[in-house]
Amino acid sequence: MISGFRTLLYKEVLRFWKVNFQTIAAPVLTAVLYLMIFSHVLEAQLQVHGIAYTSFLIPGLVMMSALQNAFANSSSSLIQSKVTGSVIFVLLPPISYVEFFFAYVVAAVLRALMVALGVLLVTIWFAVPAMVAPQWILLFLVLGGGTMGALGMIAGIWADKFDQLAGFQNFLIMPLTMLSGVFYSLHSLPVFWQQVSRFNPVFYMIDGFRFGFFGVSDVPPENSLAVAGTSFLMVSAATLALLRSGYKLRS
Amino acid sequence: MPFAVAVERVEKRFGSLLALAGVSLQISEGEFFGLLGPNGAGKTTLISCLAGLSRPSAGKLVVMGYDVVSNYRAARRLLGVVPQELVFDPFFTVRETLRIQSGYFGIRHNEDWIDEILANLDLTGKADTNMRRLSGGMKRRVLVAQALVHKPPVIVLDEPTAGVDVELRQGLWQFIRRLNRDGHTVILTTHYLEEAEALCGRIAMLKQGRVVALDTTSNLLARFAGHTLALRLAGSAKLPPELSARATQNEGMWTFRLGSLGEIEPLLAAMREAGCVIDDLRLTQADLEDVFLGVMQSSDYRKETVP
Repeated sequence: MISGFRTLLYKEVLRFWKVNFQTIAAPVLTAVLYLMIFSHVLEAQLQVHGIAYTSFLIPGLVMMSALQNAFANSSSSLIQSKVTGSVIFVLLPPISYVEFFFAYVVAAVLRALMVALGVLLVTIWFAVPAMVAPQWILLFLVLGGGTMGALGMIAGIWADKFDQLAGFQNFLIMPLTMLSGVFYSLHSLPVFWQQVSRFNPVFYMIDGFRFGFFGVSDVPPENSLAVAGTSFLMVSAATLALLRSGYKLRS
Repeated sequence: MPFAVAVERVEKRFGSLLALAGVSLQISEGEFFGLLGPNGAGKTTLISCLAGLSRPSAGKLVVMGYDVVSNYRAARRLLGVVPQELVFDPFFTVRETLRIQSGYFGIRHNEDWIDEILANLDLTGKADTNMRRLSGGMKRRVLVAQALVHKPPVIVLDEPTAGVDVELRQGLWQFIRRLNRDGHTVILTTHYLEEAEALCGRIAMLKQGRVVALDTTSNLLARFAGHTLALRLAGSAKLPPELSARATQNEGMWTFRLGSLGEIEPLLAAMREAGCVIDDLRLTQADLEDVFLGVMQSSDYRKETVP
């Protein structure tokens, strides 16, 4: 019974691993470029929560890269197989929609973990951040990656063309991840934008993730965990409902 | 005897379009069954419903006793489908593709069978080649291989020889015939009617989502049968109107469909009387193409053959 899931997961991992230059090395490079530029400009001027700016920035960049790539993994896999028609190979076998869901989400989380590890390893060269509570780091990475992986499934199922998916990515995922306190503390924002940021679930994912490094955060990590967990459950439920209905996959 | 496939009053609606308008048919185990019809007749829709790619709006489909909706796991494990579109996953080699497809069906360590399929489809030399680098005909054969990894007792081939050259087509049919002899039920849709005539024991013809003919190939041929007489008249002579009404004309050739050979004599006599001189004459036995055209022109055929 479980074998369909296992093979589909293996296939999804092999798919991104075979093109790891694009799927892992490229996002690591992007994150390093952000780090080089912002730390060059701001390292001397800024401390956040009493932490040197470069150190503060690293966890945010790690998490942002992980989240964006979790989304990219499931969404691009689905849209590609839909556009080329090869999605039929996973629709013909006896694979349940639940197995289908978990295979894509777990693959997205694994890609998120690899990208996170890659960014972290390269940025050690710039600054070595503390890791006071590694269990929080892993927990937020898995929940955040899972949420974005499931959201990527929704986008990949919904989109009929690559440009529709790009729209989803550019107008939803990018703003959500960029305006989430990766580059700043919430408290440095004007009150209005602080309020707006509190409606962005990605803010909590990044804030909780960063707590695992420094033991300080904008909001208590338990609150962030509740938001990240609820996001994961809600997006998962929506994705499972779509898969169950066969929306755009089984006519 | 249990049916390999049973289709009961299946309807499929796409918006206002009724793609399948109540299709019923039963296919016994071990049959080589043909599904024919013009484009848009509903062949692929029917296959999609059988394979679980589409959900029927009404009716039910059963594979080897298992309902394809309520018992989809068992039904899909017993069914192998070669899709019509030439699709492939560009990330993998031929062998990876087949290993992965085996895994989807819960089969691990399938190497012996994979090697056997590859050999039979003349793909052994391409096992470690990326799918992207294969020619169209090779990709088509990999699709056949993918449908067979789990040794399904029921095999559905949706236009499997489109774009495959003659030599490979022969090889492919030899292999499929062997699978059929070994007990696999084969369901085939094709545009090559001579292929269907040579391979299929029984044939259903679909038109606008309905079964308009369902009989053994030999009965279909016998019923429409007879022969066709094609002739060309010398010079600018014309057929008398009572004869031309019975014939169809194509590039100067007049074609008569004959119920029996006895009809030839009076026909020629009538022509002689009218002073027509015959330049060229051919007598041919009706083939499936004539049957097909006949059925598609008169959709009342089903009432005569299906009780």
